[in-house]
Parts: sequence; C-alpha cells; structure tokens
Amino acid sequence: MGLSITLTINGAKRAMTLDDPRVTLLDLLRERLDLTGTKKACDRGQCGACTVLLDGRRVNSCLALALSHDGADILTVEGVAQGDQLHPVQAAFIAHDGLQCGFCTPGQIMSAIGMIREGQTWGSGAGSDPERVREAMSGNLCRCGAYLGITEAVLDAQRAMAETDRRDAA
Amino acid sequence: MNRFEYARPATLAEAVIAGAVPGAAYLAGGTNLMDLMKGGVMQPGHLVDISRLPELDRIEWLSDGGVRIGALVRNADLAHDAKFVQQFPAVAEALLSGASAQLRNAATAGGNLLQRTRCAYFYDTASACNKRDPSAGCDAVGGENRLHAVLGWSEHCIATNPSDFCVPLTALDAVVELQGPAGRRDIPLETFHLLPGSTPERETVLQPGELITAVRLPAAAAGFAANARYLKIRERTSYAFAVVSAAAALRLDNGMIAEARIALGGVALKPWRARAAEATLAGANPDQAAFQRAAQAALADAVPSGDNAFKIELARRIVVRALALAAAGTPARMPALPASPFAGAVTHG
Repeated sequence: MGLSITLTINGAKRAMTLDDPRVTLLDLLRERLDLTGTKKACDRGQCGACTVLLDGRRVNSCLALALSHDGADILTVEGVAQGDQLHPVQAAFIAHDGLQCGFCTPGQIMSAIGMIREGQTWGSGAGSDPERVREAMSGNLCRCGAYLGITEAVLDAQRAMAETDRRDAA
Repeated sequence: MNRFEYARPATLAEAVIAGAVPGAAYLAGGTNLMDLMKGGVMQPGHLVDISRLPELDRIEWLSDGGVRIGALVRNADLAHDAKFVQQFPAVAEALLSGASAQLRNAATAGGNLLQRTRCAYFYDTASACNKRDPSAGCDAVGGENRLHAVLGWSEHCIATNPSDFCVPLTALDAVVELQGPAGRRDIPLETFHLLPGSTPERETVLQPGELITAVRLPAAAAGFAANARYLKIRERTSYAFAVVSAAAALRLDNGMIAEARIALGGVALKPWRARAAEATLAGANPDQAAFQRAAQAALADAVPSGDNAFKIELARRIVVRALALAAAGTPARMPALPASPFAGAVTHG
C-alpha cells in the first residue's frame, strides 16, 4: 500500500504522500502542513492539547495515525473562525478569561466545540450544567488552572450557540 | 516508535491472515496501541489496520432480546445509544467513567477488551517485566505497588486489568465473538482474559490472527436494568483508572433479591466475577447485612501483593456501596459524574 492520502482540512481538500507510515495526524498538521495551532504537549493522549475534530468528533490527534484516516474531514482551531469573526467558543474564552498562558487553549476550544456538537447529537448526554461541563471537558488539562473561566466560557458559548440555532430555526 | 509495515485489508478473511503473521498487531482506535508504540513497550513489525472492516461498527439487537456490539463500535457511540443505556445502564455508566471524551470517541469495544495493563513497570522499558520480556522478572514485586492486584496474582506478575467496560460486561455474562484463520468461536468474557500464573505474557485466549468481531450480551442481562450500577474509586474524580471498582446488578422480586451479579475491577489481571458473593444474596433481603456478607465473600480469597492491603477493605466497601446503589434503583438520568461516589455532591470550582 502506498503512503498517499487525501484529507479535507478546514474545508480544503489536501492530497499528500507521506514519507513514513508512522506520521500521526498531529505531526502531519504541524510539521507537514504548518498548521501549528494544534499543540503537541504530552504526545500520549493524556493532555488534550492536540484535540481536533475528526469527521465531526473530538479526538486526540497525537494518537491518530494519519494513514488510518485517509479520506477524513479534519477541523482544527485555524478553521473555526469566519474571517475576522471569532467562533462563539473562541469569543467566550476571551470574555471569561478561559486561559492564562494559552498553550492548552486550541485543544480546549476544539474540545468544547466537539462537546457542544455531541450534546446536540446525544441530547442530555454532554455538558449542560457546570458539573457536566467539567466532566465532559476532563480530557483537556490546563496547567495554569484556568478551569473556572474555561467552564464559564463553555457554558456561555453553549447558550449562545443554542440561541443562534433557535434563531436560525425560526 | 519502531518502523512497521502498514496494511489495511478490505475483508475480515484477509485481516485474520495478515494478523497471524508473527509480529503483527491489529490497529483499530489506536488509543492504547499508539501510546504503547511511542513508549517502545510494543514494537509490532506489521500494523494491520482493521478500523474500516465492514459491518463491525454496528449495534445489533437480536431477536431474542440480546445485543451484539460490533468490535469497532466506538465507546462513546455505545455509551450514548439510547436503547443500550436503557437496557444495560451499568455498562454505559462504566464506559462513561473511563478515559476522556476524546478517547471514548476513538476507542473501540474490541480494543477496550484488549487494552494492556497500566502497571508503571510494564510501561517503563527500563524496568523488568515478565509481560514485556518473559522471565525478565517483575520490578513491581517489592516496588511501588499500592495499586496492584489483590486477587489472582502470581509472583511473576501482580498487574491489574484497567478496563471499566469489562467489569459490568463480565457480571452480565457477556460473550466474546472471535474470528481467526481457523474459523469463528465464542468465548465467555469471564474466561477470555487469563490470570498471570507463570506466563503473564499470555493475556487472553486469543490465538495468532484471532480477532474480536463482537461482544454479545444475552437478553437475561437486560433483566437487571432497573437495579444496576457501576461504582469506581479513582485518585481524581474524572479521567483516571480505577483503584477499585465494582459492578452490581440485582433482579428484585417482591422486594427480595431473586438474583445478584457482582464483578470487581482494579483488583486482578482480569475483570473479577464474584460468584460466591452473588450466591450469598440469592433470596436475601436487600439490606446492609446481606451486602456486608456478600462483600466478605467477594474478597475472601484476597491477599495483598505489596503495599496494597488497603485495596481489600476498600473493595469490600465498594461492593457494599455498589449493591446499595443498585438496590436503590438505576437513576433516570446518567449521573453528571458517572460511577463516582461523589456524584451530585461536588460543587467546587
């Protein structure tokens, strides 16, 4: 089997030939495509800094072999804003000081977007109150300890996105 | 990470042939395998990617009322399937108490059964480990072993099985469907994992090339849906492996226990079905005295393997509490902190 793969990344189709089967989705994004918003911290699936949406679901990109996901649709933090308009989750992180050093923030934002989408799919399964948000976001560590602001940001973004959905549906 | 040959067979028949090659490993969600390969703990020369094999990603309801969970069903999809949650709530609760949302989105049912131990000496390639390197010795014996096994261990290996999912599955008589080069067979989950004995490198009954295709729960398992819980003690409230866990399921008849199911996690190298404890509860009143007797029976054979005598008493208390929670009834909604003894009580942050 060759090492050629095609991925849709932030809406753009990218055909690539890998030089090694060991390339993870994370290293592909950062080292081959210069999409360095997705962070590499533990590289072992423990911290969540590398979270991206893979076919609409949040995963640790450090544990995903790029070859195994040929054809997949990837959304990274670079792809969530609409031009100059921030994604509601990004805006909420700023409004609620959901960060200090900011290194974990791209992963936090992608995880929150994934969580909110999962909640739409699973009904009451994901976060809809502070305790459920904390549990649903536990795969993202923040060593600055900005969890209080992160939780408020996620809850606020969730409300804002639900409101937009209601307006769009009306 | 070591170099490997990558292959993605199109069919199950091709996969089991590719997987029978010495040094081959199956890749599905990759959440455990990639981690182990990055640490050099596993160095498979061939990766056989089964993540797209057809028809293994379905939850199939059987005509007899049982369910067949395809090996590639993602942990999150199973834990949030409305009918599955209703029929097998303790299994869903166990799944949601494990790992993180990101990992549950990637990890598969089959892979969960095959996840390797979290023993730090197994993960640290500078340490001696009979699992990694048969007859190298075991640095966990006499080492930092407060989290190690208290049941079924041997002097060759005192590690534990880390799965949450397997604990209620074992209690509920799950059956593992296997496909190998020689054909297909069914194995009760209770006998799927092996105790270490003198061959801790052999962890399951799987033969070379054999692949898990599905896990089945019998219709009778749904008979416990009204009184089934999973309770898990961990060193932080979320995203941690069990120190000790228990699945408890009761079938009540006129307020008395008609049938009880109990299994323990974090205590042995396999999910530990506590049949002697179950027997003490048949026909009993669901009260503290009965739960205490069951807990004594469940841990009757427990022996510390190091600095972990506390786990025996902890496990007894977890059995009592899991039984009490099960007797009180399965909650209408999944607790905010699944399987946590602190569910509903945590207000910090």
